[in-house]
Amino acid sequence: MDNAFGQPQNVVVLGGSSDIARAIVRKLCAARTNTVVLCGRNQDLLDAAAAEARDYGAATTETVLFDAEDPGNATRVVAEALAKVGGPVDLVIVAVGLLGTQSEMEDDPEAAARMITVNVTWPVAALTELRARLVAQGRGRILVISSVAAVRVRRTQYLYGGAKAGLDRLCQGIADSLEGTGASLQILRPGFVRSKMTTGQREIPFTTGVNEVAENTLRGLATGERIIWSPPILRYVFFVLRHLPATLWRLLADR
Amino acid sequence: MNRVRLTGWGRTAASLATLITPTNEDEVAAALSGEVIARGLGRSYGDAAQLAGGVVLDNSGLDGVSSITSEGLVTVGAGVSLDDLLALSIPQGWFIPVTPGTRQVSVGGMIGADVHGKNHHRDGSIAAHVRALRIVTPVGTFETSPTHEAELFWATMGAMGLTGVVTSVTIQMMRIETDQVIVDTDRFDDLDAVMSEMKSGDDRYHYSVAWVDCMTRGRHMGRAILTRGEHASLSQIDEPHLRSPRPARLTVPLDAPSGLLNPLSIRAFNELWFRSAPRHERGEAQALSTFFHPLDGVRDWNRLYGRRGFVQYQFCVPDERSEAIVEAISRLSASRVPSFLAVLKRFGPATPAPLSFPQPGWTLALDLPVGPDKLPGTLDELDQLVLAAGGRVYLAKDARLAPATFAAMYPGLDDFLSVKARVDPEGHLTSDLARRLHLGFPHG
Repeated sequence: MDNAFGQPQNVVVLGGSSDIARAIVRKLCAARTNTVVLCGRNQDLLDAAAAEARDYGAATTETVLFDAEDPGNATRVVAEALAKVGGPVDLVIVAVGLLGTQSEMEDDPEAAARMITVNVTWPVAALTELRARLVAQGRGRILVISSVAAVRVRRTQYLYGGAKAGLDRLCQGIADSLEGTGASLQILRPGFVRSKMTTGQREIPFTTGVNEVAENTLRGLATGERIIWSPPILRYVFFVLRHLPATLWRLLADR
Repeated sequence: MNRVRLTGWGRTAASLATLITPTNEDEVAAALSGEVIARGLGRSYGDAAQLAGGVVLDNSGLDGVSSITSEGLVTVGAGVSLDDLLALSIPQGWFIPVTPGTRQVSVGGMIGADVHGKNHHRDGSIAAHVRALRIVTPVGTFETSPTHEAELFWATMGAMGLTGVVTSVTIQMMRIETDQVIVDTDRFDDLDAVMSEMKSGDDRYHYSVAWVDCMTRGRHMGRAILTRGEHASLSQIDEPHLRSPRPARLTVPLDAPSGLLNPLSIRAFNELWFRSAPRHERGEAQALSTFFHPLDGVRDWNRLYGRRGFVQYQFCVPDERSEAIVEAISRLSASRVPSFLAVLKRFGPATPAPLSFPQPGWTLALDLPVGPDKLPGTLDELDQLVLAAGGRVYLAKDARLAPATFAAMYPGLDDFLSVKARVDPEGHLTSDLARRLHLGFPHG
C-alpha cells in the first residue's frame, strides 16, 4: 500500500533494466518498497536489476521475461507481473522504450515501424490492461516514462520523438479517464539523460544523470503532479521551444 | 452498490471501495463473504477504515441506545456517535469514563482504536470500562466480555476492526454531578520542568494533559502548558447544570491552500497559544466539551491542512526511557519540520489487549502537514528511536509505518494473529492499513 507520503511498497517495472527505471527503483527501495517485479527481455539484466533492488532494501524480487516487439503478449505480461506481486500493486513503472539510431532507420520501413511497436503499441496495450486492473483495485498508480522529445519532435530523432509524442498524448487521455477511480497515471518527461541508451550521443544543455531524474521522480510521486519534468526547469524551457517558428527550431535542434 | 473515495482524517492515501450500510447483524454477516472492513465516523487519521477495491461497512446503521441502568450500564449500537451518547447520558448524570479528543467518533471506532483520554494514568483505556461486546465474524457472531470469549474480546480491543465487526457495546458509565470541570492551568518554560511536574503531580488529578511547543529551539525547547482537572461537584458550582454539549458553531468550508500551514504560520500560532495561557490558574470552571473536546468547536478542521493533508505521529515510551520524548522533540525542532503544538500525556497500566496502544509511561502526539521533503525520513528515524526505547506507534493515527517496524513494536502480534486465524480463517477482514502493515495479510 502507498502510505501517506506516496511511498509505494509494491512496485512493478515494465522495462525493468532501463537505467532510469533502475535508478528510480533504487530510491524507492531505500524508502519503503519491499516487493519489486521486474519485466524485460534479457534475464541477465533483470537479475542484475533485481539484485540491486535487494541491495537497496527490497525483501522480495521477481522477474518476468517478454519481448516488446510483440504487443500480443502485453496482457499476459501484465497479468503475470501483477500476480507475482502477491497483493494489490501500488506503482507500475512503464519504462519500455527504444531509442535507436535514426540515420539507420529512417529509410527502413520495418525498422521505423518497430520504433512505433516498441515505444507506443506495446506500452499502450499494456496500459489498457493495467488501467482496467487498477480501476478494479480502487487504488494504484502508473508512472509512464515519456521524454521531452515528445514535446517537440526533432528532425534528427523524429522516430523516437514522434513515438514518445504518441505515447505521451495517449497517457494524458488515460490519466483523465482515471480521475475519480482511485487509480492515477503520471508522466515523467526527462531531458537528455546520461545512460546506456544515450552512450556516444552529444550532450545538450540541461543534461542530467539518472540519479537526478530519480530524485525528481520521487518528489513528483509525492506531490502527485500529472507531468513530472526532470530537471524541473525544462517545463519552462520547453514551453518556449514548443512555440518557436519551425525554421528557428530546426536551427536550434538540428545543430 | 456505490463506490466511494475514502481517506482517514488526515486526508492522505485515498482509495475507492464499495460502501454498504448494514442495519442489523444479518446484513453484517452477509457482507463478510469477501474482503471487508468496518468504518465509523472516519476519525482514524490514516488508512485503517478504508479498503481499496473491497467492501467498507459504514456502521452508522447499527444504532440504538438502551436505557442507562441505575448502576450506569448502557448498551449502545456500534454506530452510535459519542456525541449522541453524551447528549443522552449527561442530562441523566452519566459521563463516558474515557473520551478521546473529539465526540465525533462512533462507539465501534472507540473499540477499534481502544481509545484513551486525559485520564489514562488513572482509569486506563476504554477497554477497561467495556463490560460486553457483540462481534460478527466470518465464522459466526460472538457475545464477548472479559470473562466470556475473553481472548476474542481483548484481541478486538485496538485491532482496528480486523477480528470482526463490532455491532454493540456495553459500557460502564461514570457518575457526574455537574457538566463542568474544575481546571488548573500551569505554564512551563521548558520540557524538563513540565515532565517532572507531571510525573510527581498527575496522580492528584483525574485528568491531565500538556500541550508542548515543538518548534522552539534552544533554552525554551519544549515549553508547555499543562492543564489538569476534576469533575466539578455540586458544591463547587454556583448554578450547577447537566446540559448536553453544544454542536460546532464554526466550519471550514473548503480546502485551504496546501501552504497555509507553514513553519512561519505554525510558529506564530504556537507563540500565540503559549502566550495566551495564564502562568498559573487554579480552580477555573470549564464546560465538559471545552475541556475534553476543544477541536469539536470547528467542523472539518482537517481541511486547514490543504489538499495533501497531514499525518499525526503518536508514540508511547516507558517511564524509564523518558529521554526518548526529549530526543524526539529535539530532533523535530532541529529538522525544522513544522508541527502544531504536540500533546503530551502520561499512561497508566495497559490492558491485556495484544494490539492496544497504551503502555505505562509517556505518550506524545504531533500533527504534521504532508509536504516537507525531510518529513518521511525524520519519522522513519523517530520510529527507530521509539522502538529502541521499547515503545510503539498508535495504529489509529498511523499512515506511514513500515511492516517490520510495526511487528517489532507490538510483541503481542502473534497472540492477536492466532485469534484472528480462528475467527477469520480466510482473512476476509482487512484494510488498507492491514495490507500496508502486512497485518494478518496472507501475502505478508
